[in-house]
Amino acid sequence: MSKNKIKTPIEDSLIKLESIINKMESGNISLEESLAYFEQGINLINECRTKLENAEQKVLELTKNSDGTFRTKTK
Amino acid sequence: MYPEKENYFTVSELNDSISASIRSSYSNFWIVGEISDFHYHDSSGHIYFSLKDENSEIRSVMFRASNQFLKFEPVNGSMVKVFGSVSVFEKRGQIQLVCNLMEEIGVGALFKKFEFLKKKLDQEGLFNSDRKKILPKYPETIGIITSGSGAALQDILKVLKTRSPHIKIYFRSTMVQGARAGADIVEGINDFIKFGNVDLIILGRGGGSMEDLWVFNEENVARSIFGCSIPIITAIGHETDFTIADLVADIRAPTPSAAAEIISDKSSTMIKEYNIFFEKFNKIFFIKSQSLWQKLDYFYNIIMALQPQRKIELQNKKIHDFSNRLYQSNGLFMKNLVKQLKSYDKRLYGLSPNHVLKRGYSIAIDKNGEIIYSKGQLKTGDKFDLKTADGIMGAKKIS
Repeated sequence: MSKNKIKTPIEDSLIKLESIINKMESGNISLEESLAYFEQGINLINECRTKLENAEQKVLELTKNSDGTFRTKTK
Repeated sequence: MYPEKENYFTVSELNDSISASIRSSYSNFWIVGEISDFHYHDSSGHIYFSLKDENSEIRSVMFRASNQFLKFEPVNGSMVKVFGSVSVFEKRGQIQLVCNLMEEIGVGALFKKFEFLKKKLDQEGLFNSDRKKILPKYPETIGIITSGSGAALQDILKVLKTRSPHIKIYFRSTMVQGARAGADIVEGINDFIKFGNVDLIILGRGGGSMEDLWVFNEENVARSIFGCSIPIITAIGHETDFTIADLVADIRAPTPSAAAEIISDKSSTMIKEYNIFFEKFNKIFFIKSQSLWQKLDYFYNIIMALQPQRKIELQNKKIHDFSNRLYQSNGLFMKNLVKQLKSYDKRLYGLSPNHVLKRGYSIAIDKNGEIIYSKGQLKTGDKFDLKTADGIMGAKKIS
């Protein structure tokens, strides 16, 4: 398949979270480092949870103005 | 060499044998061809014809029991897709194709056009799987190109609302059949490329005849899909409809609902994944904080032993507070805690060593004058000094 794989913010966060958890589980980090990772991880999780849990479907119609710029309106 | 003359067939035996052999190998398949020599037998209701292509033909029959359900009237020149079996009319030793199902696959010319373009684009590599883009697993914004009044749009929205309501949807209405539809769809794809905000595009249309779906077999639409920098999933017609657009697309879905399910596949289980991560975090952090507790206890005991009367911030109640709040897992709180511990550390060193020593503590110092905190700093056999309240003695690590 093509190498042009798009990674969206959510997938990016998941990849970062995996990496953080692996580092923390490996045990070879100082307490301060694990604090930093923990804070990072919790922030990532909360960011994504906010996106997911309070989501309401948003549908916008894309139309073009006469000058070629775009405008959107709620469908 | 020839077989023995004594082992001979009768004509009937031969035809029976051929018939049995053919019945086992040539049953229940689809075949495509053009109808010629068509004849409708009035009294029985059976239809007889030849099914042919450029080079060959086969005599065929569709009995009344099957042909009474036909949704169209086959005539000479009709291009059809037929489901049936080959049988041998034993009396005459003739093979015939017995048809159970028949579909019209469009006027011969239209079908020829489809095959021609399909071959051409295939040779150019437009259908190659290594040119197809991977659809993002967790799209957050998507584009939909379809008719504003069709069922396709509603089907897609319904599925996405349930499975992934967080996905933001931009909808670009286009014509989906007729002479002007092709240019409109091409423009729609270009609009999304210019707009830029979408992670993938669903290009869809509800069911219809080959003529209805024809715009998705047009060359400009195919090339536009191929050249699009955003991944495209097509959802055209019904499960059995395959258009050239489907072949060029990065993924083909059998229906619009299926397309919505495919793109929201991972997203729908995402909340569960995040909760799993959250639990993992809490677990790991609890383990790490256990050792933090031991340090806290150690400092607490030393400080209390040394200067019980001094006003120190760290008191019993605070430790219990810390205990509860720690497990509430607040990263910022933990940072402050470490900062506090470090300041106690400093103050501990600032306190007179003799007070410590008089209580019975001794300080181990290595040969470089460094204080030994951990047994790991010395190897077995290493010599070191032990400082007590009244002096220094030599010592050696024995285990």
